[in-house]
Amino acid sequence: MLPFLLCLFVFVGFLLQSNELIKNSGMELWLKFSFPILGVMGLLLMPMLIIFIAYSVNSLEHKADTWKTIFSLPISKWSVYAAKYFYAFFLLFLCLALFVLFTIGFGNFLGLLKPSLKFSEYSVASILAQIYFKFFLASLGILSIQFLLSLLFSDFLKPMGIGFICTIVGGIVAGRDWAYAYLFPYSHPMMAMKAFGQSTKGGDNHPSAMPHFTVEMLTKDTWVSLAVAVAVFVAGYFIVLKKSVK
Amino acid sequence: MVISTQNLTFTFGSQTVVKSLSLQVPEGSIYGFLGPNGAGKTTTIKLLLNLLKTQEGSIHIFEKELQSNRIEILSQIGSLIEQPAIYLHMSGKENLLNRALLLGVGEKRVDEMLDLVHLSPAAHKKAGQYSLGMKQRLGIALALLSDPKLLILDEPTNGLDPNGIIEIRELLVKLTSVYKKTVFISSHLLAEIQKMATHVGIINFGELMFQGSINELEALSKPSVQIETDRSVDAANFLKKNNIDVAEVNDHCVFVPFTSKETMGEINALLNQNGYTVYSINKQQQDLEKLFLAITQHA
Repeated sequence: MLPFLLCLFVFVGFLLQSNELIKNSGMELWLKFSFPILGVMGLLLMPMLIIFIAYSVNSLEHKADTWKTIFSLPISKWSVYAAKYFYAFFLLFLCLALFVLFTIGFGNFLGLLKPSLKFSEYSVASILAQIYFKFFLASLGILSIQFLLSLLFSDFLKPMGIGFICTIVGGIVAGRDWAYAYLFPYSHPMMAMKAFGQSTKGGDNHPSAMPHFTVEMLTKDTWVSLAVAVAVFVAGYFIVLKKSVK
Repeated sequence: MVISTQNLTFTFGSQTVVKSLSLQVPEGSIYGFLGPNGAGKTTTIKLLLNLLKTQEGSIHIFEKELQSNRIEILSQIGSLIEQPAIYLHMSGKENLLNRALLLGVGEKRVDEMLDLVHLSPAAHKKAGQYSLGMKQRLGIALALLSDPKLLILDEPTNGLDPNGIIEIRELLVKLTSVYKKTVFISSHLLAEIQKMATHVGIINFGELMFQGSINELEALSKPSVQIETDRSVDAANFLKKNNIDVAEVNDHCVFVPFTSKETMGEINALLNQNGYTVYSINKQQQDLEKLFLAITQHA
């Protein structure tokens, strides 16, 4: 739903000002088309999205008061915990995959509606997929933390509040280029975003050469994100194992 | 013994909720676990289901230690704790199908359970629109879904109308007598348990006050003599003057502890000779309800 709406907005915006955009090359068009979405994603949407996904997966059980029932079924606690986590994991992946799909889809649709926009000149699919995959990796650390918070607290305010504050701090830290920002999971999406920004700058220098972007997939912050994801995931399991179900 | 605990103790912070509890639940019994609200019933049940970690003492279910055989034991238990846990956005049947999927039970069993708790007509209605009684029945259906050997029910008749209570009672009696299941059922209402339980445990402030068969509990209650007269208060005062203990007086009757049939006759004669009209005089077993109160209030 969310990816669809966002892409739709950008799509409508492009349709309205298509005349001004005719001058641009295919590659530039694609960049201008996907950048607003990516920008919002990196700044705010990504962490918020994760907070909501992590919350919704767990709140289902909190609301129905079914934790006690689930944990009194003949199913190991590990299975319950892992299944829940991977469902959140899957939702996040699905959501990002939809962003890629809709961005490409709407771009091509725009190209069909207004043949003067040279969307077909350049294929953005692989680079876009790479960017979003990097986003995905960068967000796993937050996912693990938010998942655990939502599991432990039955209300929305605590995980939401903690997540929100951390997101803001992460944004500031990453925005200021603080040397140790890569250690803080909540600034990873923004840093992933920046990695992309830097590579486009390189592209702008030779617009005529139609440069080939590479997204550096496994940067330092991505590794930290993955490490945090795994560490919190494992720690969360031991907390669940020890925790009494009220 | 299906359930046996030794010196089970549990504390929340500084408050001891369960104190060295030693439960003995024989196979094929309906074990009524009684106690006033806040006596530690639900905590005990959560300990039995390994939802709360055992702090002191031990729990054996089906003669096996709970902690180390958790999954094996849980696979033979069906439970309903407090309010039934139901996904309100799904229909009754979807709730059961969802659980069936987790337990690896077929769809046929789901339909049987819906029939059993009379929810088939409402099977496709959202559970959020169910009445309290219907939710409770769905909860019982969920507990029975895996065909467990032991059923642990925490106040299952809460919010049910008299018809619903009778249905549940008959269902539980049938489960134990025909299918040889064991039922562990908690309640704060003795009258309700009395009608079906074979064994009773009474808990108050976390301590087990009584445990035994229902006959043993009844044996504890002392019979009394109920006397209905035209002026009960005067009659009571008169009996006291004549050195006869009076247990209780109300507007209609006087109660005197039963000692022997002869004494009953003497009391009758005494009252008649002194101008009191005795409408009825009879021996009466003490209400278990009163006994329950007496047991739980002593602590």
